[in-house]
Amino acid sequence: MSRDVANSSSENADNKVRFRATGFNPKANPVAAWASFVVVIVLWQLGSSTGFISDLAMPSPVAVAEALWKLIVSGDLWRHLGASLQRLAVGWILGTVAGLVVGFMVGMFTWARSPGVALVSALFPIPKIALLPLFIIWFGIGEPSKFATIAFGVFFPTVINTFGGVDNVARNLIRMGQSFDMPMWSVIRKIILPGALPTILSGFRISSSIAIILLIAAEMIGAQYGIGALILAAGQLYQTDQLIAGVVVLSLLGLCVSWLLGRLDRWLLGWR
Amino acid sequence: MRLTIKNVSHRYDQVEALRDIDLTIEPGEVVALIGPSGCGKSTLLSIIGGMLAPTSGEVLIDDQAKPEGCLNPLTYVFQDFALLPWRTVAGNISLVLEDHPLSRAERDARIEEVLAQTNLSDFRDAFPKQLSGGMKQRVGIARALAVRPAVLLMDEPLSALDAQTRILLLDEFSDLFARTGMTAVYVTHNLNEAVRLAHRVVALRRRPGTIKEIHSIDIPIQDRREGLPELVAHEGALWNLIRDEAIAADKELENVA
Repeated sequence: MSRDVANSSSENADNKVRFRATGFNPKANPVAAWASFVVVIVLWQLGSSTGFISDLAMPSPVAVAEALWKLIVSGDLWRHLGASLQRLAVGWILGTVAGLVVGFMVGMFTWARSPGVALVSALFPIPKIALLPLFIIWFGIGEPSKFATIAFGVFFPTVINTFGGVDNVARNLIRMGQSFDMPMWSVIRKIILPGALPTILSGFRISSSIAIILLIAAEMIGAQYGIGALILAAGQLYQTDQLIAGVVVLSLLGLCVSWLLGRLDRWLLGWR
Repeated sequence: MRLTIKNVSHRYDQVEALRDIDLTIEPGEVVALIGPSGCGKSTLLSIIGGMLAPTSGEVLIDDQAKPEGCLNPLTYVFQDFALLPWRTVAGNISLVLEDHPLSRAERDARIEEVLAQTNLSDFRDAFPKQLSGGMKQRVGIARALAVRPAVLLMDEPLSALDAQTRILLLDEFSDLFARTGMTAVYVTHNLNEAVRLAHRVVALRRRPGTIKEIHSIDIPIQDRREGLPELVAHEGALWNLIRDEAIAADKELENVA
């Protein structure tokens, strides 16, 4: 029998089965990642050097680096960056703590559920920067109005993510805890909190980028120091090199925040 | 510990899941609940352990004869294991001991003891995702034993496992029951498991769930072997008992979650 099969297959004109499952599987390549930066900066510098890109519209990378260096040496950068970081930290922490508390209550208690979801849904779509004038009336032009804007902007996505995370904790794990007579506080601390943590941490990425947007907007509306103020002032004086230098600092700030959150992820979610 | 189920009925909205269930589970007895899907066997197990409030009726426990050091008299073993993925094997067992007034040494001693009993000592620091299904269920058993339960409530503990693992764990359960004389309620849809492990097999009828027949198996658990003619006969008798119900259940459109 097997012999017959072997014979017949050798007599027929065999075609090799074609491999069909190609593509749709992108892979990471760190060299290409860094190379893309180099290519963009080199092209940009070439464009500026040859005069293809007007200096007034867009300064060359070298000019931006010089402007950045001047800001570092004169100490202006640290004054601006320090003011921004302080606002970012205070505003984000206030909004996050409040958001976590409210998010947990909405996620766990019937009495908080519907009122909480209704209020959050109504207030979440408001662009928070629109409330800055109101906060200035309430808290004055100084720091508290900026803290409030950032905190308010961070609060809503944190609430939404936290109660989403709490909702997603597997019910069977909670029931297991109850079936072993674990007290409610233990169920919250040992089952619900760690179970909701992955969602909460990914919410931190959204809330931190919202915080940076609101920080810059608030600083452009009224601040003496801060990266937003620096960029606005440079623009008003047509100092595009300093303006782009400020933007580069923002990009680096965003990368740092995202790196820190990545570390936090790895530290807290090592079990995944 | 004796468990008395008195006149328990339960409704989910329109569906009558259980009607007038009366059953007494004697100390040291293993009772299997069998029946087609939708007969309310899991509902009954939830009611027995206090995880579901019955529409009417009650479940009584006789508190006199709790085992020594019992922290949680009615203890479940779950079909889906219900292990915390962020805790190690030892951590998952520790979880159910931490809220009790045990010293650290006592807690560690209990953990070591149940790990040894379930042959998990080498896996104490592994995370659940690293374990096979069978190992995960052994952790579920170890966790249940750690609280020295009076009654084990087992909800289809082998249904999520592959056939080979099922045979291995079935032997381990059989050893456990024979060795410890543990009282247990064992829900399954697998008749082979029921006849291997149970002193009495309670067959339920569906819609509404009522007790159709209680079938006693008098062979001591340690003497039961796979393929023993008496057991095969019992299995056949049980199948005849629930066959028509199983066919009806199979043909039914899903209307309850």
